Amino acid sequence: MKFPIYLDNSATTPVDPRVLEAMLPYFKEKFGNASSRSHSFGWIAEEAVDYAREQVARLIQADPKEIIFTSGATESNNLALKGVFEMYQSKGNHIITVVTEHKCVLEAARHLERQGAEITYLPVNSKGEIDLSQLEDAIRPTTVLISVMYANNEIGVIHPIREISAIAERHGVLLHTDATQAAGKVPIDVKKEGIHLLSMSAHKMYGPKGVGCLYVRRRNPRVKVTAQMDGGGHERGMRSGTLNVPGIVGFGAACEICSREMKQEAERLSYLRNKLEIALLQIEEVALNGSTENRLPHLTNLSFKWVEGEGLMMAFNKDIAVSSGSACTSASLEPSYVLKALGLGDELAHSSIRFSLGRFNTEEEIDYTIERVTDAVQRLREMSPLWEMYKEGIDLKTVEFRPH
Amino acid sequence: MAYSKKVLDHYENPRNVGTLDKNKINVGTGLVGAPECGDVMRLQIEVDPETQRIIDAKFKTFGCGSAIASSSLATEWIIGKTVDEAMQLNNMDIVEELALPPVKIHCSVLAEDAVKAAINDYRVKNGLPPIAVEEPASQNVNN
Ligand SMILES: Cc1ncc(COP(=O)(O)O)c(C=O)c1O
Ligand code: FES
Repeated sequence: MKFPIYLDNSATTPVDPRVLEAMLPYFKEKFGNASSRSHSFGWIAEEAVDYAREQVARLIQADPKEIIFTSGATESNNLALKGVFEMYQSKGNHIITVVTEHKCVLEAARHLERQGAEITYLPVNSKGEIDLSQLEDAIRPTTVLISVMYANNEIGVIHPIREISAIAERHGVLLHTDATQAAGKVPIDVKKEGIHLLSMSAHKMYGPKGVGCLYVRRRNPRVKVTAQMDGGGHERGMRSGTLNVPGIVGFGAACEICSREMKQEAERLSYLRNKLEIALLQIEEVALNGSTENRLPHLTNLSFKWVEGEGLMMAFNKDIAVSSGSACTSASLEPSYVLKALGLGDELAHSSIRFSLGRFNTEEEIDYTIERVTDAVQRLREMSPLWEMYKEGIDLKTVEFRPH
Repeated sequence: MAYSKKVLDHYENPRNVGTLDKNKINVGTGLVGAPECGDVMRLQIEVDPETQRIIDAKFKTFGCGSAIASSSLATEWIIGKTVDEAMQLNNMDIVEELALPPVKIHCSVLAEDAVKAAINDYRVKNGLPPIAVEEPASQNVNN
């Protein structure tokens, strides 16, 4: 076994060696600018980009012309929300999204509010799911866009995109989905699922950082977004800037590998995830966060009651890399807003750890993780005054704490 | 964020973890922080009534590694000191000793608060008025 073990694949994934191999020539001899039309350097680069565009499109059953390359999902989400808002201003100014979206969606929405947009932030239930009738009720004559993530990055819950798109369709509203965590992990078919815009990012699927795309539907209906950067009019005028050719080549290769291997990989990872989850749930007073019905195959989010997440991680983070919803690990000193949106008390959000598995994890690593985490929970609980009170049967609600 | 060697040492080999009998007249207990803030510290002292010296101290902490290390260090420092000497404990000394970064200063504040709360609990139990505690230096915007 090689240390440290990486179980934070929802944050980013290592580049697959096959992806790196595909990219290397485009840093060296094939360095051309894909927009150079007058020589072979440019042609070779353009050809590589075209090929990658097909690889990316195939992963989500799109047409290659519908893929707009960007610098990643943050940019794609900004382009989707701001671009639709600007493009469809004559139709309305109302956007519906969800409280558990990634910060880049929520902050783009906040930005638009300052520009006169009206935003509905749908709540989620204790499993992280939205209520579809509440979504439909939120639609107004001025609604231009519904933006709901495909799968959540902290708890892995998959939203019912088909049902959501049926609602969008009925009301003539566009549907954007941030599929950063889902793409390449679960099958996506933009046509069958009625998706109009979709964001993804290469570095969450064993591709390089700094490249991603926005899928923008071209037919039934033809969707357009207003460019958010002025320039040479690349990417059908929606995203200017010299294309990141090596990155795009890597993104394409990553998508192709995922298309090919997704099915077996999902089975392998859900087996390992379930093994990890079942073993850790054997520990007393551990709770699972989020729905287990519709979720990503490779992720589990657990709250280890009465121990604080960062303190717990410290026991093994030399050897095992995971992340926590604890405030102590975040710069803002606030616990995870996603977990709080599920109605988790702050103390449970502070006690949460996300394990996200990936292509390069082995069963041996999972077995080791089970052992180390179980030991650490025990050790930290021996040091926890809350655990002691809990064990003595003291109701913590009756204890007078002094919040500071 | 990487932890300093000293934080790691206290975290891995915490000194004086445990519980003293809070019903004993010469034991003072301080419980500070709150679960919803992500940190709770309980620090206890046992005082020799003759000499007013702290003969034992124990802690239990729910919190990050820096909070655990701060409370461990605090118990180590106050054992052997008189109650009055221990009352002088300053969180910035903990910050310095453990090389805590600014976002972890509140963990040291908590340790100082816990020591002072324990001393005051001991004083009140023994018919002495509690000593007013001034707000320790903290850079935590959330305080
Ligand atoms: C759901 C979700 N959306 C968007 C992003 C941002 O992606 P990128 O790092 O490509 O900007 C992330 C990654 O953190 C994510 O998990
Ligand atoms: S207890 Fe939260 S940062 Fe130390």
